[in-house]
Amino acid sequence: MAWGFRFLLPLTMAAGFAPAAMAEILGDPARGAEVFARDCKQCHMVGEGAKNRIGPQLNGVYGRRAASVDGFTYSKSMTRMGNDGLTWTIETLDAYLENPRALVSATRMSYRGLADLQARHDLMAYLRDYSDKPQNIPEAEPTAIRSAPELPPEILSIKGDAEYGEYLSSECSTCHQKDGSDAGIPSITNWPEEDFVAAMHAYKAKLRPHPVMQMMAGRLSAEEIAALAAFYAKIGE
Amino acid sequence: MTINRRLFIGTLASATAALSAPMVFGQTRPRVVVVGGGAGGATVARYMAKDSDGALDITLIEPSRTYYTCFFSNLYLGGFRTYESLGHSYGKLAAEYAINVVHDMAIGVDRDAKTVTLASGSVVPYDKLVLSPGIDFVEESVPGWSVSAQNAMPHAYKGGSQTQLLQAQIAAMPEGGTFAMVAPPNPYRCPPGPYERISMVANYLKANNPTAKILVLDPKEKFSKQGLFEEGWNKHYSGMITRIGPDMGGAVIEARPDTMEIIVDGEAEKVDVCNVIPAQRAGQIATIAGVTNDGGWAPVHADSMLSKADENIYVLGDSSAQGDMPKSGFSANSQAKVAANHIRGALTGSRVFPAKYSNTCWSLIAAEDGVKVGASYEPTPEKIASVESFISQTGEDAALRKTTYEESLGWYEGITTDMFG
Ligand SMILES: Cc1cc2nc3c(=O)[nH]c(=O)nc-3n(C[C@H](O)[C@H](O)[C@H](O)COP(=O)(O)OP(=O)(O)OC[C@H]3O[C@@H](n4cnc5c(N)ncnc54)[C@H](O)[C@@H]3O)c2cc1C
Ligand code: HEC
Ligand code: HEC
Repeated sequence: MAWGFRFLLPLTMAAGFAPAAMAEILGDPARGAEVFARDCKQCHMVGEGAKNRIGPQLNGVYGRRAASVDGFTYSKSMTRMGNDGLTWTIETLDAYLENPRALVSATRMSYRGLADLQARHDLMAYLRDYSDKPQNIPEAEPTAIRSAPELPPEILSIKGDAEYGEYLSSECSTCHQKDGSDAGIPSITNWPEEDFVAAMHAYKAKLRPHPVMQMMAGRLSAEEIAALAAFYAKIGE
Repeated sequence: MTINRRLFIGTLASATAALSAPMVFGQTRPRVVVVGGGAGGATVARYMAKDSDGALDITLIEPSRTYYTCFFSNLYLGGFRTYESLGHSYGKLAAEYAINVVHDMAIGVDRDAKTVTLASGSVVPYDKLVLSPGIDFVEESVPGWSVSAQNAMPHAYKGGSQTQLLQAQIAAMPEGGTFAMVAPPNPYRCPPGPYERISMVANYLKANNPTAKILVLDPKEKFSKQGLFEEGWNKHYSGMITRIGPDMGGAVIEARPDTMEIIVDGEAEKVDVCNVIPAQRAGQIATIAGVTNDGGWAPVHADSMLSKADENIYVLGDSSAQGDMPKSGFSANSQAKVAANHIRGALTGSRVFPAKYSNTCWSLIAAEDGVKVGASYEPTPEKIASVESFISQTGEDAALRKTTYEESLGWYEGITTDMFG
């Protein structure tokens, strides 16, 4: 499967990797316009007079609270993340465009993600041209971002110890129901393991905003996250 | 005896299997007795039963047939929950988890004989004993008040009928009357509990008796989530709530249940409802078992919840003196899982994993205005120590407060399912 997942810098540091081989990636708005036309335009509008279509309009996206465009009906997941405080910044946007579900699990945006780092940065540079608040973006930012080394395959291919995962999950089930029901806290059963791992690392790296989950994920090692993913993937099968 | 059993089993199964789990196949299964079917006790019983596949003989001793949670009881006072929604039966623990649920009161523990004596006279033997009896009150901590006055001045700090009584008294308050609370000194169960209660009583009165007043007599200078509560009280219940701290005489008071008065700073104050929440200590059975310290709480080892006084007794929840965790249902539930894993390891040889603890306490200030505080913990040689913590911020927007409230509903479903199946 396409698990060419590229974690951002804070993520890899959280997982214990030295920020080796950092490169500055410069985004090119002109190329970004092409990427937008190819990958986004069928659902989103940006620029003067942009309206909500299948997706919300993307003017002024930097510094904007997720799920905050009036008149657009967002998914429950996106609304929740916006309420929690998810704001579109260079880091969060990059993570969302790379793998939408890693940041917002049940997002309604049916877009499989853009693995190409350069293309993402071109796109972000293009979107910056339509941002009302470029002053919110540090100088040289959306067009220049440090790219992080990929998580080594050893980490991504950790075989989770499901028995340990079951023990660890006892801490989760105080809030997350094992039968998968959602009475105010989302279900985490029956997820593909890689989505689960990605979501937990996004909390660990504090890309996802929720304080409880940042704390829960923050103290789990990569092995423990894999163990939990292995256990939860099996529940209810 | 072990040798006999091994030989016997050796004819049926491989000798290694018998060796790796020597006690499981014995004629009598190891016996675990749990006293108290609350947040700690119900959880530990359910996890041991669920994970040991019948290898343990588990008895749960609890006098009530229905457990009424203290958590969310304030929401009942505020009009956000029914009383029935707080009740949970032990039916599933008995039927689906094969736990021997005995509705009786433990009145004695013989640590040498390893038996528990019940009020009915029966004697129950154990290999490991878990005590999770919650709290009892310190006599004379509020001069003039004793448990015998709890009908006139309810504490409503143990689940069940006391909560209903307090609700009825609030509903019967005369127009413009006064609700008083005597808040407890530290340590006590659920640090934000009294202040969530004030918020919920205010919410009820605002709708039903808007000229009524609330008076809080508090022996503590500061209290949990104080900034958040005070912000909320100003916003939603402006002018209704007066809190008298120790500097103004809130610590030296006297209750007069016969005349419905409280004496503050020498002055008698006539009130219509008086909620007295006294100072607390471990549930009496922990003291009877001899596992409590001078402060009235039971010291435990941080990595297992094992009593420091007896290697066959675990103490969970409010009764335990463990370090930094607040006395909450969440904490008791978290500790129970560590203890269940440890007990199974000791009795059946199953894998013992490192202890991890956490807590989150939500409080409701007004409709859809929820806040939370929480932390994660780890064992150190001295105590359970706080690792990382968070708290809601003042000035948060309504959408976040609503999401926080909705999470608390999810948590209530989660924890009660985790306790009772
Ligand atoms: C108003 C209020 C609000 C609260 N809100 C929250 C909240 O929002 N979140 C939260 O996490 N916590 C909350 N709490 C705290 C929570 O209720 C307690 O911390 C928790 O119940 C402690 O669990 P426990 O197992 O130690 O005791 P308990 O849950 O009290 O269980 C003890 C059980 O032992 C039984 N028992 C006692 N003695 C004996 C005996 N001798 N023999 C047999 N059985 C016995 C009792 O009948 C009882 O059922 C709140 C408490 C109050 C009062
Ligand atoms: C198939 C339609 C579709 C495509 C293609 C698509 N999106 Fe989306 N997008 C959506 C929908 C629908 C949402 C709302 C998601 C939700 O509510 O979970 C969304 C949400 C977003 C948001 C969050 C907006 C907010 O207000 O919080 C951003 C940013 C975004 N998309 C950017 C992009 C970019 C950039 C591309 C191209 C790489 C893209 N999208 C491609 C449908 C699409
Ligand atoms: C105190 C309650 C609580 C505990 C304990 C808890 N969670 Fe969560 N979890 C939440 C809440 C609330 C959310 C929604 C957060 C958000 O909006 O980002 C959540 C979200 C998640 C998500 C993302 C779900 C989604 O749809 O995006 C995952 C995955 C997750 N939790 C896994 C875990 C695991 C694994 C554990 C145990 C190690 C755990 N949680 C423990 C409350 C909790």
